[in-house]
Amino acid sequence: MTANAGSEVDFDVVVVGAGVAGCVSAFQLATAGRSVLLVERGPEPGSKALSGGVFYCRVMEQVFPGFAERAPVERVITRNCLSFLNPDSFVNIDYGDQRLSSPVNAVSVLRAKLEAWLAEQCETARAVVMPGFRVDRLLLEDGRVCGIGAGEDELRCKVVVAADGVNSFVARDAGLRTKDPANQLAVGVKSVIGLDRGVIEERFNLEGDQGAAYAVVGDCTKGVGGGGFMYTNLESVSIGVVLRLDDLAKRGEVASDLHDRFLGHRFIAPFLKGGELLEYGAHLVAEGGQAMVRDLVKPGLVVVGEAAGLALNTGLTVRGMDLAAGSAIAAARAVDAALEADDFSPGVLKEYESSLRAGFVGRDMETFRAAPAFLEGTRMFNDYGPLLADVFHGVYNLDLEPRRHLARTAWDAFKTSPLKLSDLVQDGWKALRAL
Amino acid sequence: MNLGTIAERLARNRYELDGAPHIEVDQQAARASGAGPLLERICPAHVYAVAEDGSVSLAWAACLECGTCLALAPPGVLTWRYPAGGTGVLYRMG
Ligand SMILES: Cc1cc2nc3c(=O)[nH]c(=O)nc-3n(C[C@H](O)[C@H](O)[C@H](O)COP(=O)(O)OP(=O)(O)OC[C@H]3O[C@@H](n4cnc5c(N)ncnc54)[C@H](O)[C@@H]3O)c2cc1C
Ligand code: SF4
Repeated sequence: MTANAGSEVDFDVVVVGAGVAGCVSAFQLATAGRSVLLVERGPEPGSKALSGGVFYCRVMEQVFPGFAERAPVERVITRNCLSFLNPDSFVNIDYGDQRLSSPVNAVSVLRAKLEAWLAEQCETARAVVMPGFRVDRLLLEDGRVCGIGAGEDELRCKVVVAADGVNSFVARDAGLRTKDPANQLAVGVKSVIGLDRGVIEERFNLEGDQGAAYAVVGDCTKGVGGGGFMYTNLESVSIGVVLRLDDLAKRGEVASDLHDRFLGHRFIAPFLKGGELLEYGAHLVAEGGQAMVRDLVKPGLVVVGEAAGLALNTGLTVRGMDLAAGSAIAAARAVDAALEADDFSPGVLKEYESSLRAGFVGRDMETFRAAPAFLEGTRMFNDYGPLLADVFHGVYNLDLEPRRHLARTAWDAFKTSPLKLSDLVQDGWKALRAL
Repeated sequence: MNLGTIAERLARNRYELDGAPHIEVDQQAARASGAGPLLERICPAHVYAVAEDGSVSLAWAACLECGTCLALAPPGVLTWRYPAGGTGVLYRMG
């Protein structure tokens, strides 16, 4: 296809959205020598972005060698905690491991800082970064995307990369996405609580710039599908709840109340004591997994990151930024090849979809395809925490009754819980397979 | 720790407010579908409030641009887009 011959273009590529996906795509293409425009509706890159904040950042080494040392990251996550929270008890699986720090596996980030740095890297690679610019529509020519429009302004290009995040109006405009069902979306309501560095290190049992990440299930969402998270930054804690939209609507709960309830929970509040609220925000997150991912390519257009539905909640980890980066790398490669061949038909751009599928992004989406349905069951959120607490209560509560073996204690606890043996077997099996 | 009211919390955020409203409510559709109370509940920024006469008021300037209301509102109730380029909520941390 050489529809482009003759007609003037302003840039080879326009990337919409300066999140992780957009910045990585723009950087890669600019580094390959393409003329790239990166547009962002926020007045500064990163001013609209929000996430829980743990970035599984190994993929970034491929793009920015030394990423964890050079980028403005907060802490290196060396402690992961899965916390089953009940009204009057909790059970933690607390996993700390030095191996997680070299090579660095995950870091905590604040997106306003991270994206500012990423956009700077793009500029250094000679991409043109244009913040304060909201894309309103795609320009089409013979069914092919050939630019973007914003108000009166129009810019023409050979390929558009849609990196505009979970609410992607660009992908919708192009007919690549329809309205997502409410059970595939969740809203994260998050606070950043400022605390002294030393206090954080003491409370979370950390040394230096090491960090902790808590994934919390159970009594943090009052039964609404989702969970809580608590991540340490250098001088603040990022904390909040993730609430599945269908359940939030159905159960009659108030979103902000659930957030407040979690922060005020008797086992959470002590972590935050004496802290100061620095920021309160909210953002959607795609939770449908593989089921949300549809066509990612149209003539002259590729969709990357969460605009493409690429995010994963396995209950233990929320991932989106690493998948955004992975998809951006694959897309940039395919777009570069298309520019080389001067052919922007799906035939050539589809290379993006196949390399995505073959890489860690596609494979992980596939591996965890059953996770959303598994996590939709409410047992995971409501019943296992109390059961575990009852088992441990039986172990530690020396009430002068003769002790019994752990197996017996566990069995008794199990008998009084609403769980049935078949649930336990089924859930255990499903968990092993889905997660 | 004391989090303060939602209004107090939002006052700590940074907002650039020279844009026009980016959300509109079709009052008739809202009444007919009973969407008001739902919007009031699910918006983390308390942008929506149902008045006594059943109409839905809208403090759009407080919006955190999450998209929850758009995803959950029955068809026809909301017109929702991102605020004009450069305006709206600006996260300092994210
Ligand atoms: C509460 C919460 C917790 C999370 N926790 C984690 C976590 O711990 N780890 C993790 O990896 N992921 C996490 N995620 C998911 C992660 O935040 C996203 O998957 C990730 O940000 C997606 O990156 P992106 O670049 O695709 O999109 P985004 O980061 O959303 O970037 C999109 C960009 O496009 C811009 N934009 C949108 N529309 C337009 C337009 N029309 N014109 C111009 N610009 C536009 C936006 O302003 C934005 O800057 C979490 C998400 C939430 C909500
Ligand atoms: S987008 Fe989010 S913050 Fe804004 S009005 Fe809708 S629900 Fe409230």
